[in-house]
Parts: sequence; structure tokens; C-alpha cells
Amino acid sequence: MANSNSALVTKLLLIVVGMFGFGFALVPLYDVFCDITGINGKTNETAAVYFDGQVDESRTITVEFITRTHTGMPWEFRAQTKKVKVHPGEMNMVEFYVRNPAHKDMVAQAIPSVTPGQAALYLNKTECFCFNSQPLAAGGESLMPMRFYVDPQLPEDIHFFTVQYTLFDVTGNGTDDKQLNNPFLTSFSDN
Amino acid sequence: MSKATEIISPEHGAADAHDDHHEHHIPKGLMRWVLTTNHKDIGTLYLWFAFIMFLVGGAMAMVIRAELFQPGLQIVEPNFFNQMTTVHGLIMVFGAVMPAFTGLANWLIPMMIGAPDMALPRMNNWSFWILPFAFTILLASLFVEGGGPAFGWTFYAPLSTTYSGDSTALFVFSVHIMGISSIMGAINVIVTIFNMRAPGMTWMKMPLFVWTWLITAFLLIAVMPVLAGAVTMVLTDKFFGTSFFDAAGGGDPVMFQHIFWFFGHPEVYIMILPAFGIISQIIPTFSRKRLFGYASMVYATTSIALLSFIVWAHHMFTTGMPVAAEMFFMFATMLISVPTGVKVFNWVATMWRGSMTFEVPMLFALAFIVLFTIGGLSGLMLAITPVDFQYHDTYFVVAHFHYVLVTGAVFSIMAAVYYWIPKWTGRMFDITLAKWHFWCSLISVNVLFFPMHFVGLAGMPRRIPDYALQFADFNKWISLGGFAFGLSQLIFLAVMIKACRKQGEPVSDQVWDGAEGLEWEIPSPAPYHTFETPPVVK
Amino acid sequence: MKQLGICVLKAWTTLVLLVAGATASAAGSSEVSALNLRRGATEISGQVYDLHMLMFSICVGIAVVVFGIMFVSMYLHRKSRGAKPANFHESVKVEIAWTVIPFLILIFMAVPAAKTLLAMEDTTEPDMTVLVTGSQWKWHYKYMDRDVEFYSLLATQREQINNRYTKGENYLLEVDRPLVIPTGQKVRFLITSDDVIHSWWVPDFAVKKDANPGFINEAWARVDEPGIYRGQCAELCGKDHGFMPVVVIAKEPAAYEAWVNEQESIRQQAREEEQRLLAMNMSMDELMTEGERVYNATCAACHMPNGEGLPGVFPALKGSPMALNDMQGHINIVLNGKTGTAMQAFGKMLSLKELAAVITYERNAWGNNTGDMVQAKDVNAVVNGE
Repeated sequence: MANSNSALVTKLLLIVVGMFGFGFALVPLYDVFCDITGINGKTNETAAVYFDGQVDESRTITVEFITRTHTGMPWEFRAQTKKVKVHPGEMNMVEFYVRNPAHKDMVAQAIPSVTPGQAALYLNKTECFCFNSQPLAAGGESLMPMRFYVDPQLPEDIHFFTVQYTLFDVTGNGTDDKQLNNPFLTSFSDN
Repeated sequence: MSKATEIISPEHGAADAHDDHHEHHIPKGLMRWVLTTNHKDIGTLYLWFAFIMFLVGGAMAMVIRAELFQPGLQIVEPNFFNQMTTVHGLIMVFGAVMPAFTGLANWLIPMMIGAPDMALPRMNNWSFWILPFAFTILLASLFVEGGGPAFGWTFYAPLSTTYSGDSTALFVFSVHIMGISSIMGAINVIVTIFNMRAPGMTWMKMPLFVWTWLITAFLLIAVMPVLAGAVTMVLTDKFFGTSFFDAAGGGDPVMFQHIFWFFGHPEVYIMILPAFGIISQIIPTFSRKRLFGYASMVYATTSIALLSFIVWAHHMFTTGMPVAAEMFFMFATMLISVPTGVKVFNWVATMWRGSMTFEVPMLFALAFIVLFTIGGLSGLMLAITPVDFQYHDTYFVVAHFHYVLVTGAVFSIMAAVYYWIPKWTGRMFDITLAKWHFWCSLISVNVLFFPMHFVGLAGMPRRIPDYALQFADFNKWISLGGFAFGLSQLIFLAVMIKACRKQGEPVSDQVWDGAEGLEWEIPSPAPYHTFETPPVVK
Repeated sequence: MKQLGICVLKAWTTLVLLVAGATASAAGSSEVSALNLRRGATEISGQVYDLHMLMFSICVGIAVVVFGIMFVSMYLHRKSRGAKPANFHESVKVEIAWTVIPFLILIFMAVPAAKTLLAMEDTTEPDMTVLVTGSQWKWHYKYMDRDVEFYSLLATQREQINNRYTKGENYLLEVDRPLVIPTGQKVRFLITSDDVIHSWWVPDFAVKKDANPGFINEAWARVDEPGIYRGQCAELCGKDHGFMPVVVIAKEPAAYEAWVNEQESIRQQAREEEQRLLAMNMSMDELMTEGERVYNATCAACHMPNGEGLPGVFPALKGSPMALNDMQGHINIVLNGKTGTAMQAFGKMLSLKELAAVITYERNAWGNNTGDMVQAKDVNAVVNGE
């Protein structure tokens, strides 16, 4: 009896430990889930490679850009192009203006979000300022480029989508720190 | 359903001698309770603890209802109001309902399966005694500077991380302890049921209370660790610079909700499956007829438990999900109503052509069936995504889960206590007072929760300390119902104190006319040690 | 006792039926019901209402049948009536029947639900877009195609909330600057947040979407009738969650156009005024009077009217080192807010004059008495990093 008890308790404790681990495993799993379903309009955090496919001239997609700065972020941040009409498969470039009015050098990180969420899966960025954090000297200004194409696989019912960038102040906790702090979110890379 | 044909029960006929014998093992006074490893003592501790927490959480509900009695801010500040709703929820879920069910499991499972005690008695002692510490910490956090947790019992990030007070650390610590206690309790239940059934007590002969608790215990060990993970992430996000739920660091606040509800939805069933078990014991007794569809009850319980893992996101339809995900969670949620319906139909079929009497436990059980079904039906309405956009985070939801948890879980616990307490004390409780308790509770609970459906549909959001004028009339009624329901529980307290002082008529071993099962074949009151030699179940 | 029980339970069903009847009869009107969901002002909200009534009727139907059988059984099969218990305890046929029938009912419910859901998730190009940003405890509206943006705050006076004045008709459901949208056009709402999660809810549009910090959600409405539509924040967002209403005014397109043009010119004038102010100095009295007004409207919710804050939650300004010494830091934190706290960036919300006044007020009220005066040009210098 005592033996079979401890064997069973061991098994049950393994389940408990496993489920505790599973709770944390939900973090990367969630990202995978987002990649598949486009929850929250998360876009890829690494550069896509431009494909050699056919540009679909028959469809025109309107892409809208919105910029915001988070609380505590004094930077000026705006999209030079507010709206652009593109054909799926066609390579495009848009630029974003930033200025750091503060008296100190700062580092910013832009976080993208797309709506409707499914469109995020078909927005392929070959180059984006959001892939890494952006330092700017006190009083400095800059134009940040973003190159993208819309995957021709974009569902027929989507003609229009919006990309939002929110600029966060990450001065003093650069990309490396972030990776150290959060072992589950290591996908930011300097490419 | 299964009769023990032969019980080798040494207590029978030689009670005096054996009482003396057992006196040696039972320390007197406080230390008896601190050191006890006896399943009956621990069951009693759990039940009294749960009742005290029920009164404490209830007192907080009274503060909430007093503030909401009329529009305007009268009694408390909004920040304190939020602490009240938060701690009320945490206490009722983790301090009242769950420990009460664990207490019943401790008392009843060994007696129902013919075991001398729980399988792991020392762990049993620990799993109870860490609970008072957990709740002392939680309640103490209300008195630290900045107040206690004020982010709702669901502690959504980033309100609970970046924007919360320092007492969040205490909150996390206490939730960890509650989780450890629940997990230890669940392991004990599983090991007891697997290894300590009397000879002949096969799986499909087990009473339904034992079955539902077994499934509940598996749910507990599956999801309590996920809750522990969620609070740990909140802790590290708040104090150690991680960014699981912070967009600036690549995290996502919506992910918190996914993790929380992955725990949270099974948790809902943790609080209702044992109730199904209790009702399935009580209805046959007072209908004097075997439970209809025993096997389908077991299968229905299992399928509810399994489905509970794939419906979590129905709590989050408004967070912005792709249509496909919304459809999936809508359909999966609707599906749960099928096995739940089977249970209700089985209970009604058990009553059909029975020979019913309406003793107090039966009254509570019948009220459970009707009122729980109302809660279930509003749950079905909430599953429909497009209309959930209107219901979500309104008082309609508050009405729904209070029907399921108060007139569901809590009524079933009261039914269980009235049903089994004569066996525990050997005396019948004060029936007149108990009937007062039932009728006062039944009427007041509906005055309390039914109008919440209306204010919710009319547009009153949850968790607000003040409201627009068109909700004023109903809120007055809701508050009056709340005060009446709160006072009604003092009658329950009186009945329980009288019962524990062993006032009342002695009862027979079977206690209730139609009661069947091993626990009704041992003497009343149940001796300190039962089934030291296992009974043989034919 | 038993009779009483049956009576109560019967009364119960009657009540349910009455409610069903009452709500069904209210279905035709667009009046706001005290008992039921409203039909609302858009085609979608009408569909949602119909769906709600359908689900409600099915649920009441199921309840009547199940409870009916149960009560009949409780009446007929009582021991006191001499009922003898039957012996049956299982029937595969019956079990299958009551698994399959509910399943069919569910399918019947799922079809219209899926249809409405698909209609709601229409992502075609809208006629106009408003960016809705929640923050503790107000909404910000920005018209994406026009030069109009503003904060929308609760307009109910503190004295009404504290029961010193009589409460007005739209108590807690009124704002200083409502969102204005045109009727008959597809208006898209992009919804996001600056701090915690909020939820933007207008019951009349059947729109409730969470505002998640760092992420964006969308919803839309095509409002049929001009009118004032009121809602509230629906996700617990901290202390004043109950005090951040949503008010939307729908106007005929022509009236809307006139309104937007007016707003644009007001903004233009305000900018010119601001430039003029840079050259002017306000007196201490002017600054303090204006500062007190701004402070009570925007700062007092957290820092409290007496400047003492809420210990452990919101810091005190009275006697704080920043308010007493560090003027640059003070201007900076008011302008840009502080990351990771509830302190917001008021540079987006207040004019330079208001900012100057409120900072001056904070440095001189409640015995802080620094004697510092902050002028619009001082604030502007910090904005421009000069």
C-alpha cells in the first residue's frame, strides 16, 4: 500500500510540475498560436525575404499607418505616408520621422500591431525599424524606413488594413537586457 | 446503489470500550486540532474554515452592496471598493467554496469507499493548516499602505503588474499557498480513491460524489500549477523586470488572459463538479429510487471536464480575436450544455415516479436544480459571441456566475452539510431553524441575483462603485436582497453551532429513510475511526 | 410546507414568463429598456437584439419544459400522496434522445449566431476612421482623416457624485466633449490604450472592444438615426473605472461636416493663440486661478484635491521634492508622463497655458509656496528640447 501510494504520488507530482512548466510554455506557444491565427495583429519580428512571385495587379490594397508614442516617451513620431495603395506582391517603402526633443540620448523600440489581425500574417517586412531598438542623440532627428510587400495569398475579403507603431522608451534596458530578462522572448534580432 | 453486505465494524456494540481505547490517540484541546491527521477532524476544520471565510467574504459583499444601495459615493472610496470586489472574489472562490468541498471530501470519501482514512494523513494536515496562513496574508494586505489587491480576482495585467500597489507581492504569495494547499488536497483524494477502496468497491460502484471529486482532483492538479505560473509571471513582471505581459518588451497583455482563463475555466468546473456529485447522492435518497443513468452521469462529468480545457477564450471575446477563433470557442462552449443537460435530465428522471419527501437537504437540492439550471441557461446565452459583446462585463455576467456559484455550489454545500451532519454528530439538526434558513435564503438569494440580469441587460457594467440613475431602483432591491441573504446565513450559523453542541434527537444509523451507501451503515455518530478493517462490498 | 414550495416554484415560472412577455412587447421600440437589451441604432445592433431574444426564448422554453416536468413530478410522486417508487434506473433510448435533441437545438442556435458574427466582422474599407485611445480614466478621439483630436472626460460634477448636489438626468453618462460621427456612413473605430486595458462600449451600436496597450483593435458602426448614444468603459481599469463614460453624437452628414470644419478652425485658432501666448507673461493670480481649475479637472483624481495623493498608490505633491525643487523635472513629467506608472503625458492633453498654470499651481498650493512662476514659454522650451 505505502509503495503504491508513493508511486502514484510521484506520478501526480510529475503532472503538477509538468503543468507548472506548461504554464510557462504557453508563452512561446502563444506566439506560435499568434503566428498561425494573427491574434492581436502581431507581425513577424524578423525580416522577410522578398519572394520571386507574380505581382497581382488585379487587386489594390490600402495600407494605413498610425503612429503613437507611449506614456513617458517625449519623442515626436509620425508616418510620412499616412496611407498607401499597393498591389499584392509589389515591393513598397514608407518612411517614419522621429525626433528626440529631450536633453539626453534615448533608445526607442517600436512595437507593431495590425488590424484586422489576419492581415498581419500577410504583411511581409523585408526591412523595418521595429526589428531593433533605435537610438537617437539628444535633439536628433531621423527618417526610419520600412520596406514591405503584401503576400498575394491575402484573403479576398481584405482590401484594407491598418498598421500601428507604438514607440516605447527602452533607454537603459536595450535589446540585450530584454533578452536576458525574458528568456522566452528572444526573437528580437539585430539583422 | 451498492450495499455493503458485511461490515466488520468493531465499533458496533462495543462503543464504550473502544471510545476509551481511542482516547489514548486523541490529544485534547487545541493541539488535537493542530496535530490531527484524522480525516474527520480535518474535514471538520476545512468546513469551519470555509464557513468563516464565507462570512468574511460575505461581509465584503455587504460593503459592496451597501455602497451600491443608491447612486453616488456614500461609504467607501472607489479604490477600497475595488479591493472589496477583488478580495470578495478571491475569498469566496479559494477560501469558501473550494475548502468546503475539500472538507466534504475528507469527511465522506473514506466513509463512502470503505477506507479507514485518507491515504496521506500527514500531508492532509499540512494542506489544511497552510490555508489560514494564506488568507491571513491576503487579508493583511488590505491594511498595508496603498491597500490590498484592487485589480479584480482575475488580476488582468498590466493593471496587476505595472499599475498595482506593492501589496501585489503578498497577493501572489497567498495565491501560491492556496494553490499548494489545493494541489496537496487533490493528490490525497486521487491516491485515496485509487488505492484505498474496500474490496468489491469497483470503479462503477463508486458513489457519484466520489466520482465527481476524482475528476475534480485531476482538474485541480492540471490547472492549479498554471495559475501558479500566471501569478509568478505577474510577480516577475512587476518586481523583476521581465515583460511577459508588457508590449514594450515584446510581451502581450492579452496573453495573460489566455493563461489565466486556461486555468480559470476548468476552475469553474472544479467548483461545480463536486456539487453535481452531492445532488446525485441526495435526489435518489429522498425520491426513494435509484439514480437514473449512473453510467451516463460518470461519462457526462468526464466530458464536461475534458471540454473545460478548450473553451477558455469565451471569457475574452472582446479582446479582439480572429473570427475563426471566436466561432470555435462559441461552438465548443455551446457543446458543454449537452452533458450538463444530461445531468439535469437524469436528476429529473430520478425524481419521476419516485416517492418523494422534502426534508431540508432535498429542499436545497431541488432549489439547486432549478437555480443552477437558470445559471446554466444564461451561460448558454453568454456563449453566443455576437450577443456576448453586449453581455460581457455587465451585471448579466455577475448574475450568471452567482446563480452558478451561490445557488449552485454554495446551495449544494449546504445541502450536503444538512444531509450528512446527522451522521457526523449523531443528532438531528434543528429542523425548524433549518427550514427557516432554507426559505429565507431561497427568497433573498433571488431578490439579490435575479434583478442583476435586468440591470446587466440594460447596460450596467460590473465592478463599478457608482452607477447611472436608471439602475437605481433595481440596485436598491439587489442590495436589500443581499442584506437579507447575508442575515439568513446567521440562521445557518445558529443551526451549525447547535448541531456541533450535539443538541437534538439522536438519529438511527441510516438517518434518512432512503439513504444507501457505506457511510449510512456505520453507527451514528460516525466513530473517530471507521473501517479499520475494510468492509466487503458485494 | 410542500404545497408552499410548489407555489413558490410556480410563481417563479410565472415570473420568468412575464419577463419574457414584457421584453418581447418592448421589442418594437428603440426605447432604452430598464429590463432588457436595447435594439440600438445600427443594423448590427438590431440583429444582435433579435439574436438575443431568440436565445432568450429558447432558454425560457427549455426551462419551462424541464421545470414543468420536475414540478409535476414533485406534485404527483410525493410520498404523502401515497406514491410508490418505481424501479427503473436507466434507458439507453431516453439517454440518446436527450443527448441528441439538445444538440439539434444547439445547431439551430449556432446558425444565426454565426451569421451575425460574420456580419459584425466586416473588414471592408470604411468611410471614416476614428482612433479611440483609452487611458486612466478618459477617452481620446482622433479623426484619422481630419485635423481634429480631443480628450473626452466625465462631465458630472464631483459634488453630484459626493451627494452634495442633486444628480442630473445623465449622471455619470455625460462627457465634456462627445465623439461626433456622421449618420449613414461606415465609421471604423481603431481602439487602443495608453496604460491598462479598457473596453470601449456603446450598447446602441453593439460595439464593445478592449483597448489593449500597445495593440490595436477595430470595430465599426453605421448609425441610422441622429441622436446621442451613451456607454461606459467595460473593463476594470483601476480606481475610476466607473467614471469614464463614452458619449457619441450622430449627426446628419451635412451637420457633421460643418462640425468638423468648425473644430478644425478652432484648433487652428488655438494654435495661433498659443504662439501669441508665448510672448506674454501671466500674473501669479491668473496662473493660480487657472491652475486650480486645471488641477481639479485633471490631476485631483489621483493626487487628490489636497495634493496629498493616496499613500502607496499615488504620490503626494504637497511637500514633494520635485514640486519644491526640480522645476525642469516637474515640467518634464507633466508633459511626458512617467513610464510604468499611472502618470500620463499631459503634454498631449493640455494647452501650454494650462500646463504652465497647473505646474505653477502645484508649486505654490498647499503650503508648497515656492513662489515659482512657470510661463507658457518655459513649457514650450521643454517641449522643443531647448
